[in-house]
Amino acid sequence: MQLLMFYGFAFFALFAAVGMVMSRQPVMSALLLIVNMFCLAGLYAQLDAHLIAILQLIVYAGAIMVLVLFVIMLLNLREKQGIISKHQVALQAVGIMALGFFIITVVSRLNPAKLPAPKQTDATFGTVAAIGRILFTDYLLPFEIASVLLLAAIVGAVILAKSKV
Amino acid sequence: MSDFLWLIVLLPLIGAAINGFFGSRLPKPVIYLAALGSTGLSLILAVVSFIQLAGLPAESRAMNNQVYDWITAGTLNVGVNFLLDPLSGLWLLVVTGVGFLIHIYSVGYMSHDRTYWKFFAYLNLFMFSMLMLVMGGNFLLMFIGWEGVGLCSYLLIGYEYHRTAAAVAGKKAFVMNRIGDFGFILAIMLIFVTFGSVDYYQVFSHAHEKLAVGGTVVTAITLLLFLGATGKSAQIPLFTWLPDAMEGPTPVSALIHAATMVTAGVYMLCRTSLLFNMAPFTMGVVAAIGCATAIFAATIGLFQKDIKRVLAYSTVSQLGYMFMACGVGAYVAAAFHVMTHAFFKACLFLGSGSVIHAMGGEQNMEKMGALKKHMPRTYWTFLISTLAIAGIFPFAGFFSKDEILAETFGSGHTALWIIATIAAGVTAFYMFRAVFLTFHGKSRVDHEVEHHLHESPYLMTLPLIILAFLATIGGFLGIPLIEGANVLHNFLNPVFTQFAPHAAEHAEHAEHAEHSMGLELSLMGLSLGVAISGIALAYYFYIRNTAAADSMQKKYEGIHTLVYNKYYIDELYDFLFTRPIVRVSRAFLHKVFDVQVIDGFVNGVASFFMGLSGAARRLQSGMIRGYALTMVVAFVLLIGYYLWGGK
Amino acid sequence: MQVPLNHYLILSGLLFSIGVVGVLTRRNALIVYMCIELMLNGVNLSFIAFSRYLGDMGGHMFTFMVMTVAAAEAAVGLAIIISLFRNRQTVDVDDVNLLKG
Repeated sequence: MQLLMFYGFAFFALFAAVGMVMSRQPVMSALLLIVNMFCLAGLYAQLDAHLIAILQLIVYAGAIMVLVLFVIMLLNLREKQGIISKHQVALQAVGIMALGFFIITVVSRLNPAKLPAPKQTDATFGTVAAIGRILFTDYLLPFEIASVLLLAAIVGAVILAKSKV
Repeated sequence: MSDFLWLIVLLPLIGAAINGFFGSRLPKPVIYLAALGSTGLSLILAVVSFIQLAGLPAESRAMNNQVYDWITAGTLNVGVNFLLDPLSGLWLLVVTGVGFLIHIYSVGYMSHDRTYWKFFAYLNLFMFSMLMLVMGGNFLLMFIGWEGVGLCSYLLIGYEYHRTAAAVAGKKAFVMNRIGDFGFILAIMLIFVTFGSVDYYQVFSHAHEKLAVGGTVVTAITLLLFLGATGKSAQIPLFTWLPDAMEGPTPVSALIHAATMVTAGVYMLCRTSLLFNMAPFTMGVVAAIGCATAIFAATIGLFQKDIKRVLAYSTVSQLGYMFMACGVGAYVAAAFHVMTHAFFKACLFLGSGSVIHAMGGEQNMEKMGALKKHMPRTYWTFLISTLAIAGIFPFAGFFSKDEILAETFGSGHTALWIIATIAAGVTAFYMFRAVFLTFHGKSRVDHEVEHHLHESPYLMTLPLIILAFLATIGGFLGIPLIEGANVLHNFLNPVFTQFAPHAAEHAEHAEHAEHSMGLELSLMGLSLGVAISGIALAYYFYIRNTAAADSMQKKYEGIHTLVYNKYYIDELYDFLFTRPIVRVSRAFLHKVFDVQVIDGFVNGVASFFMGLSGAARRLQSGMIRGYALTMVVAFVLLIGYYLWGGK
Repeated sequence: MQVPLNHYLILSGLLFSIGVVGVLTRRNALIVYMCIELMLNGVNLSFIAFSRYLGDMGGHMFTFMVMTVAAAEAAVGLAIIISLFRNRQTVDVDDVNLLKG
């Protein structure tokens, strides 16, 4: 059952990814990427990462991709802008296959017997409470730094997007 | 006081720096203060040091001032130390004294010049170099001074560089000096190789153990040293620059080409007298060349029309006398003659400058005449100095020239003595010819010039008077025959004998070789008679019977032209050396070596790097995707290496 | 049956490499940006998988941080693309070659 779910999500994710890379229209690419993110959220859920799955949907698919769609529509990109030359399709196909082969070779060297089996974890693994607990104790510093980072990003974005500096 | 010897040398340099860098902006009094003050201070310090030196006992009469360790490289240790002993002390007084007087004279002479501060800067620089030469305690310091005076000679001869003749003369002087300097440098290198040091004390104290008397090494060293001396002191074959150097202003001719720089060669020979005494072959060469130069230059001086040229050739001739003295081993006589020559020759040059100044720039004696009543002070000082150079008792030149002739005769060089005595007569003749043509007889002066003939201001005539006074009494420092009266001899002699005990007997033997009183007196009388007959002959030809001079000239037209044109030596040098060298330089050294090899190499380095950067530039295509691709490829390679390759 | 770890890892690697190919091949700056997001997602998956299989919550934390950074990057990166478009009227990355030597 789990394996089946995995394969389902995995194939959808891959199709969406390849489609995104090869699509001519930007909007299509954006939408396919959203599909990809949904599939990944499903995979996260399967891996007991509850909060991360939801965050993926809310932040990534919900905020970031919407922002990207806004920009695509703002720039009003014509079809011409997304054109890829005739060589590029072949190039992309070859590239994907080559890299994929590479990855598979690398990973297949891993001996399945030596791979860790999923550890026994209790029901609180990956829940909001658990993440919240370690976020504010063990990983407090990264948390604070992340907030500074976001501040910097906001200021930077505002300055960059101003018409008159 | 011995700790401050360096100050004597340095003060003129400071004056030169002040005037050289800031002269264009400084007011007149400051410039004169810097120039005259520094030289004057040097003079005062020199006199004080000299008095202190004279106070020391005769055996240890030397003050050494070690200032600074200059070079310590492997086995070569050269320090900056200044040596004051009787020899350098004599030169020191002459250089600072006469130099200071000429500085005073220059204030008046150069007052019309636009960039006179530059002149004084060069003069001070020259003083510094000359003092370095004379006071240096090792060969390398002497060489620095040697080069420095050559440079200043070039700068000062070509002072009016707008005039082609002056610029060419300066260049000629410098190049000829360089040929001599080549010999000097080779000699220094040989000395270093033989002795491992260039310090005077080190070299001279070990001379007898390291060098064989009369051997090839010492002969080579001394011949090379003499080559350097011929360049600096204008002996055959490197003398042609000195007459041309008269293109420079007259104070320059007086200071550099009469009193100081040209005596540097004599100083060098005196300083290295020990080495020369060990090389009899070189001594013979020196004496022969000195004598030949004396008579050769004297004959050229017979027919010159330019007053300064006459004096220039007489300088060359008198220098020949000094070298002849060195060549026969009479170093004290040579130094004596240097001193007296500085007095009367400087006075003669400054006097001629006074005449030229009054004549508004005219230097041709055929356009002068009967100036005696217009310029009395100039006339009398000029006459006194001419009597000195002719060797008339009791003026200074009589004593010094007589000592040289006596030594030459006494050491057995009879042929040299005969030629030298003849040269003395010729000297008296042409010097008095100059006097008669300029100051006596009928006036041949142009009408416009006649109106502003005037005596020179006191600033110019005061040094003349002082120098003439010195030319009168200077000889009494070296009175011969009377026991103990030869002050100079007693003072200087220890310098020449200090390092060679057995050479002292040799020198003593040569100097006081069985002179009977009668022989000495008759020699004196003979030289006096020759001089007087020279004067009488000049009187006859140029006062009494001027037509006779012209008819003799027409009768011997060919010889006259030959001698008047300096025996065509300049043209000979030009043909033999200058033109081939210029041809080779243009055709080969420039076209082939300079353009192709050197420029090719430099341009080649540049174009190599340009090619390299042109290739590297293609990496920076501006295509971001290209950069990203490079990163990915590198990443893949790295991962592959760590997975399948090394640890 | 449990899904073995290497399945997740292969998927993660494939997603990553697809993203790389997209970055290298596409000319539209927005598409390039989206491919970068794809790469980040692939890495996230790898982190979560390892976190589950090793029982360590640190992977979740890292994913958290990656998302934060991706959000910040979205803001700034898109602002850059917009100002690029404003100045050059194009978002073609090949046209941005002022660094050409």
